[in-house]
Amino acid sequence: MSAGLEPNSPTQTLPTSTAPALDRAAGVPAQGLLQRLRSTFRGKWLALLCLLPFALFFAVFQIAPLVWVATNSLNAADGWGLGNFTEVFGSPFYRQAIKHSLQISFWSSLLGIIIAVLGSYSLRQVDSKLRDFVMAFSNMTSNFSGVPLAFAFIILLGFNGALTILLKQMGIIEDFNLYSKTGLIILYTYFQIPLGVLLLYPAFDALRSDWRESAALLGASNWQFWRHIGLPVLTPALLGTFVILLANALGAYATVYALTTGNFNVLPIRIASLVAGDIFLDPNMASALAMVLVGLMTLVTVVHQWILRRSYHVTR
Amino acid sequence: MSRAELSAAGLYHRLMVYTLFFILLLPLLGTLLYSLSTDWSATILPSGMTFKWYVELWGDPRFLAAFGHSLLICVGALLLSAVLILPLLFVVHYHFPRLDGLMNILILLPFAVPPVVSSVGLLQLYSSGPLAMTGTPWILIGCYFTVALPFMYRAITNNLQAINLPDLMDAAHMLGASTWKAAFLVVLPNLRKGLMVSLFLSFSFLFGEFVFANLLVGTRYETLQVYLNNMRNSSGHFTSALVISYFLFVLILTWAANHLNKDKS
Repeated sequence: MSAGLEPNSPTQTLPTSTAPALDRAAGVPAQGLLQRLRSTFRGKWLALLCLLPFALFFAVFQIAPLVWVATNSLNAADGWGLGNFTEVFGSPFYRQAIKHSLQISFWSSLLGIIIAVLGSYSLRQVDSKLRDFVMAFSNMTSNFSGVPLAFAFIILLGFNGALTILLKQMGIIEDFNLYSKTGLIILYTYFQIPLGVLLLYPAFDALRSDWRESAALLGASNWQFWRHIGLPVLTPALLGTFVILLANALGAYATVYALTTGNFNVLPIRIASLVAGDIFLDPNMASALAMVLVGLMTLVTVVHQWILRRSYHVTR
Repeated sequence: MSRAELSAAGLYHRLMVYTLFFILLLPLLGTLLYSLSTDWSATILPSGMTFKWYVELWGDPRFLAAFGHSLLICVGALLLSAVLILPLLFVVHYHFPRLDGLMNILILLPFAVPPVVSSVGLLQLYSSGPLAMTGTPWILIGCYFTVALPFMYRAITNNLQAINLPDLMDAAHMLGASTWKAAFLVVLPNLRKGLMVSLFLSFSFLFGEFVFANLLVGTRYETLQVYLNNMRNSSGHFTSALVISYFLFVLILTWAANHLNKDKS
């Protein structure tokens, strides 16, 4: 750590070194301009130097690993090229991992956003005491994910879970397997809800209450209001939130790992098992899979930025 | 709308909010009950209540060590983040406002690159050679800095824009302060609230980080989440007590952050 802090020290001379330089510049008119230019440059350079520790750490822990992954994804067993990628898309096993990842992300994001929309719209209509309490609780549960969440769901919905038994006795379900795709979709939906509420709650600001009254005065029904005014106004926020939830689910590893000890075939699990598994390791293959995941995430991020720009235009 | 219609709508909204609350509460409630029960299998309700799982948990030295490890790593990572991000923000907003656009793209990287992807590269790069640090807490401190970065950058940028940095610096300069002095004695105290809130909230999600901790370090420097995962084969009541203890701790932190946030407005 001390090595990273060292580049900071030269910047301490920033104010003292520029001030005398300016004084000298005033005394010698011919060289003044040059010197002043030089001192501003030096000020900027010292300021840039201030960015060095940050740049160093960011490069070591964010850029370098990504560059390694991107480079080595092209390093196949038969030489450099797209060999790893053809293997990924040619293998039914890896294709299944991609399919599972996309399916679980899509359905959990959809269910999560529906519950979040209904919940956050109603949250705005109830008294502030109840609203503040439930909002605070929802924000807190956004930290309830990963390993602890998986354990909580095993207790509730596992083979001998309290809720499973209750629902069985009531005759609603015959059997429920938490360790299946359906189980994972329910589990993922749970951690999508608080994030969805957090992102959507402010979006309803765009929907002014007097529009609703005007629409009602002009004879619009509840359904017509939502169909022609409510939903079109909210669409950018809904889409934006949906892609964030998608990204959130696509990259999720801890929850599914803790639930199935890495036995369920999704992309993050495959990647991790190729670098930290006990059977066989293939970091280059892991890199190719990782690049597929990064590609999906980048697509989602780009779409999100595009929607953000559009929604800004709309609200203006 | 008539009065009857209004109250019907009111009832509907209350019902929806209670449903949302109930959905979010259910897993926690289940875990809490499980952690307090003597035995609970194949029935809807537990057969007896006890505190023994909590006593056992808080008497376990391995748990206390993991808790300490998590605390140390999170505090270390947040200190590092503050030391790196504060000068960055000051320089970007005061000297190079145009860099803000570039930074906004860079801070998307930790989002677009999930921890499991970074881990692939990190494991290969830093397992040997001059920067060999996998298996040590140092690599986690560095990684957690990247995890906290987007959040801290956004939160403190909002705060910086609210205090109007250029005017504040001009005023300080006019009163004879050097840039260095103005940054430390004028700007920094004004950022205290935003910094504290973002530190508290970052702490609560770093404390729950599992992917980096498990893949890069594992049992060699066991954090709370890794310990929880390794305890999977012990009694479910014991792990429930662990989950509830962890959640209570995070709850206190989030509550403190909310409290600080409320003071500001």
